[in-house]
Amino acid sequence: MDHPETQTPANIPLVVTMKGIVKRFPGVLANDHADFELRQGEIHALLGENGAGKSTLMNVLAGLYSAEAGIITVNHKEVEFHSPKDAIKAGIGMIHQHFMLVPSQTVTENILLGMDQPNFRMNINQYDQKIAELGQHFGMEVDPKAKIWQLSVGEQQRVEILKMLYRGANVLIMDEPTAVLAPQEAEVLFTTLRTMVADGKSVIFISHKLQEVMAIADRVTVLRKGKVTAAGVPTLGSTRQELARLMVGRDVVFQMEKTKQEPGEVVLQVQNVHAENDKGLPAVRGMSFEIRQGEIYGLAGVAGNGQRELSQIISGLRKCTEGKILLSGKEISNQPTQFAIENGLAYVPEDRTHVGSAPNLSMTDNVIMKNYRHEPISRGWMLDIPQAQHFAQKLKDAYNIVVPNIDTPVRLLSGGNLQRVILAREISGNPALLVAVQPTRGLDVGAIEGIHKLLLAQREAGAAILLISEELEELLSLSDRVAVIYEGRLMGEVREPDLETVGLMMTGTPLDQIAAPIATGAK
Amino acid sequence: MAESTQINSRKRFPFKLQFEPRLDTPPGWFSAALQIGAVIAALILGGIIIAVVGANPFATYAHIAGASFGSIGVLSDTLVKATPILFTALACSIAFRMKLWNIGAEGQFIMGAFGASAVVLAPLLPATTSAWIFIPVMMLAGISFGAMWGFIPGILKARFKVNEIISSLMLNYIAISWMNFWVFGVWSEGGFQMSPKFPQTAWLPRLLDFGKSVPLFRGLTTHLGLLIGILVAIILWFVIYRSKWGYEIRLIGDNPTAANYAGINISKNVVMAMMLSGALAGLGGMSEITGVIHRLQTSPVAAGYGFTGIIVAWLAKLNPIVAIIVSVLFGALLLAGREIQPSGIPKMIQGIILVCLIASDFLLRYRVRIVRVGEEA
Ligand SMILES: Nc1ncnc2c1ncn2[C@@H]1O[C@H](COP(=O)(O)OP(=O)(O)OP(=O)(O)O)[C@@H](O)[C@H]1O
Ligand SMILES: [Mg+2]
Repeated sequence: MDHPETQTPANIPLVVTMKGIVKRFPGVLANDHADFELRQGEIHALLGENGAGKSTLMNVLAGLYSAEAGIITVNHKEVEFHSPKDAIKAGIGMIHQHFMLVPSQTVTENILLGMDQPNFRMNINQYDQKIAELGQHFGMEVDPKAKIWQLSVGEQQRVEILKMLYRGANVLIMDEPTAVLAPQEAEVLFTTLRTMVADGKSVIFISHKLQEVMAIADRVTVLRKGKVTAAGVPTLGSTRQELARLMVGRDVVFQMEKTKQEPGEVVLQVQNVHAENDKGLPAVRGMSFEIRQGEIYGLAGVAGNGQRELSQIISGLRKCTEGKILLSGKEISNQPTQFAIENGLAYVPEDRTHVGSAPNLSMTDNVIMKNYRHEPISRGWMLDIPQAQHFAQKLKDAYNIVVPNIDTPVRLLSGGNLQRVILAREISGNPALLVAVQPTRGLDVGAIEGIHKLLLAQREAGAAILLISEELEELLSLSDRVAVIYEGRLMGEVREPDLETVGLMMTGTPLDQIAAPIATGAK
Repeated sequence: MAESTQINSRKRFPFKLQFEPRLDTPPGWFSAALQIGAVIAALILGGIIIAVVGANPFATYAHIAGASFGSIGVLSDTLVKATPILFTALACSIAFRMKLWNIGAEGQFIMGAFGASAVVLAPLLPATTSAWIFIPVMMLAGISFGAMWGFIPGILKARFKVNEIISSLMLNYIAISWMNFWVFGVWSEGGFQMSPKFPQTAWLPRLLDFGKSVPLFRGLTTHLGLLIGILVAIILWFVIYRSKWGYEIRLIGDNPTAANYAGINISKNVVMAMMLSGALAGLGGMSEITGVIHRLQTSPVAAGYGFTGIIVAWLAKLNPIVAIIVSVLFGALLLAGREIQPSGIPKMIQGIILVCLIASDFLLRYRVRIVRVGEEA
C-alpha cells in the first residue's frame, strides 16, 4: 500500500517469520504446522473460518500461548516468548477483541499501567503530553485525561493501540478490530494503520470482512483447520470470491435470493415507545412500527442511536418510560423477561460473551438457557440431563458447531462458534418473533451464508424477524422493509431500499425530506 | 492480557523467579495432583518445623493420626467434630455458588441453635414430649431461625443493594449478643452462663444409645446429625447439578447478565439462596446443640464453625460431596489439636496445609519460571 515503491518484495526485510507452529488444545489441533511471514511496512491480513486457528496463531506470536513445535524469528533472530511481556520487548504487541482497559482510570493511566518506567513519584502531566504527541503522530486524537468509560468503542481501541505503540511495538496484531466498530470508525482506524505502516511499522490484521481486507491489506494468509492454505497472497488482483473460496474451500453466495411471500398477521407492535439509556438520558424517543409473520424488518443506523435500547425493551431487559409493545396481541413491555420468552420471543443479543452466554458453563448448559423450564429438558423440578445432552448434541451437529464436546465450557470456543451456539439456541425454539442484533458479527463468510439461510428459513416458517445490523449489505439483501433509526426516532421506512437513501437517513434526514429523484429512483 | 508479576531477588543474584499466567487450561488430573502434592508439601514443611523445635516429626504425625483416626473411639470423635463444619460448609457452598459472599454462617448457626433451644426452654413443647415430635420440631425451628438470619442480608441485597459481606458479618455479632442475652439472663441455670440441660427426649440419638445391642458402639458419641449432614450434602449435590433451580443458581453465579437475559429473576434467587444457606447453617446449629452440647451455652456454640465452613467450602471447590471429605479432615485437625496440646503444632499444620492449598491454586493459574536477570528487566 504505502510502502516505498522502490523496493521489490524480495528485498523488503521480513520482520517476523513463524515456521511449523503446532498448538494443540484438549481435543483440537488448533495450529497444524502453520507458517507465517510478515514483511516490514505491510498490512498482512489473516483469514480463515471460525475456529481455523487465527487467534491461536497470533496468541502464540504475542507470547500468550507457547507452541508445542515451531520456530519464531523476529528480525531474523530466533526468539522464545514466555509471556506477552517478552513479546512486547521484541516489539510485538497484540490488541484483543475485548479491550483490557480500566474504565475508571484515565487514558494515560491505562497506558502506563503495568509498566516499570514511572515509579510512584511519577509526574502524570508530563506523560499526558507524551501520549498526546504520540497520538497526534499517528493521527489518533485522544484526550489523555479522559476517563475510559467516557470514550466510545473506537476511541478505546485507539487507547489500546497507543498502549502498544508507547511500549515500542513495531508489529501490531489486531484480532478482529473492526468487528466492534461502526463503518465510519473503521475508516478512521484504517487511516491510522496506513500512517503506521508508512512509518515503517507492520500490522497483522484478522478480519472476516473480505471487502475490508481487500481495501486495507497488502497480502493475505489463509488458515483452514489449523493449516495454512494460502501464504502471503497479494490482495491486488484477487477478488472477494477467490478469497472466500480459499477460506471455506467452496463457492460462497453473497447475495441471497429470497422467495416472494405475503406477510401474515401482525406479530410485533411497537407503539410510541420511549426509553432511557444506562445513563438515564432519552435513547428511544417515540418509535412506532409493526412486523408481520414471515417478514424481515431491517433496522439500520449508526451505532448508539437507540437500537440497542430498543432491542432491550422488546426483549424485556429494559423498561420503557412511555408507550407499549405488543407481541401477538399481548403486552410485553415492562413485564418480566420470562413473559416475553414464554410468548415466543427469541433474542440474539449484540454482546455474545457478556449477555448471551455463561462462559464457564458447558455448551449443554448454555443451549438450554431458554427451554430448560419445559419438557423434555426438565420434568417437574428436575433437569433431564440425558435429554439436555441429546438436545445439545443435536444443535452441535445441525449448526456445525466446532467444539471438542458438548461438556466443553463455552469460553474455550472460537468467537464464531460461540455465536453459532447462541443462534442455534435462539432459532431452535421456532420463535414467533426473532430479534437479532448483529447476528453475523465475527462470523466467517461461510457461516454468514449459513446464518442468512437460517434467517430466511425462519421467515418462510412464518416468524417475524427484527434484524438490527450495521452491515448495510446484509440488511438490504435480507430485509423486506428497511427502516432507519437516528437519535431514537425512525427517519422512515422503505420497501425497495437503496444505499443512497438509507445512507442519507442514517445521517439524520427524514425520508420525506429526501429529494424526490432519489426517493423515486429507489422504486 | 494479564501482566506477569515478578519478585526481584537481590540485585547481585543472577537469577530470579518469574510468574506467568497460565493461559492453557491444565488437564483435570493436574489440579488433583497439585492438591495432593500441596498436602504432602505441607506435611514435610510441618515436619521440618517440628524437627527444629526438637521433636520427632514422625512420632508427632503418628500421634496426630492416632489421635484422630487411630481407633474407632477417636474416629467417632473426629466425626462429631466434622459434623457442624459440614453443615456450615454446605451453607457457604450454596451461597458462594451464586457469588453471594455469605460470611454470616456463624450467626446463622447460632440462631439455629437458639431456635432449637427455644423449643425446649421457652418452652414451646413440654419436657415430656416424645423424641419423635421433639426432634422434628427442633429441626424445623433451627432451620427457620437460620433461614431468617440469611433472609435479612438476602433481602437487603436484593432490594437495596446492601453488600451482603458486611450485613451478614454484622448479623454474626447480633446473633452472639442475642444468644448471650438468653444464656446469661432469661434461661440461665442458677446464675451460671448456660441454660439447663435438655431432657433426653430432645437429644439426637447417638451410637452409644445402641451400645446395648451393638457392643462396638459403646461410648461412641457420633450422633444422627452426621447422617443428616451427609444426606443434605447428597441432596444439595442433586439440587445444584440436576435441578432447574440449581441450574439457575449456576447460571447466575457464572454470568448474572446472561441469567437475566434468560428470564431468571435474580433478586428472588438471591433471597432464596441466602435463606437456604442460612437454613443449612441453622440446621447445623440445631444438630450441634441437640447432638453434642444438650444445652444452650455460648462458647461451644459460637466456636467459629461458620468461619471454618468458609474455608472448607472453598477447599472443596463448592462441591457438596467433596465437602464431606474435607470436613472430616478438618474435624480431625481440630480434634488432634485438643489431644496433643490446646493449640500449637496441629493448628500450625492446619495453617500450613491451608497456605499450601491456596498456593497450589496459584500454581494452577500461574507457572513459575527461573530467568537470568540479564535476560529480563
Ligand atoms: N484455550 C483454549 N482451550 C481449548 N481450546 C481452545 C482454546 N482456544 C482455542 N481453542 C480451540 O482452538 C480452535 C481454534 O480457535 P481460534 O480461537 O484460534 O479460532 P479463530 O480462527 O480465531 O476463530 P474465530 O474466527 O471464530 O475467532 C477452536 O476449535 C477453539 O475451540
Ligand atoms: Mg478468533
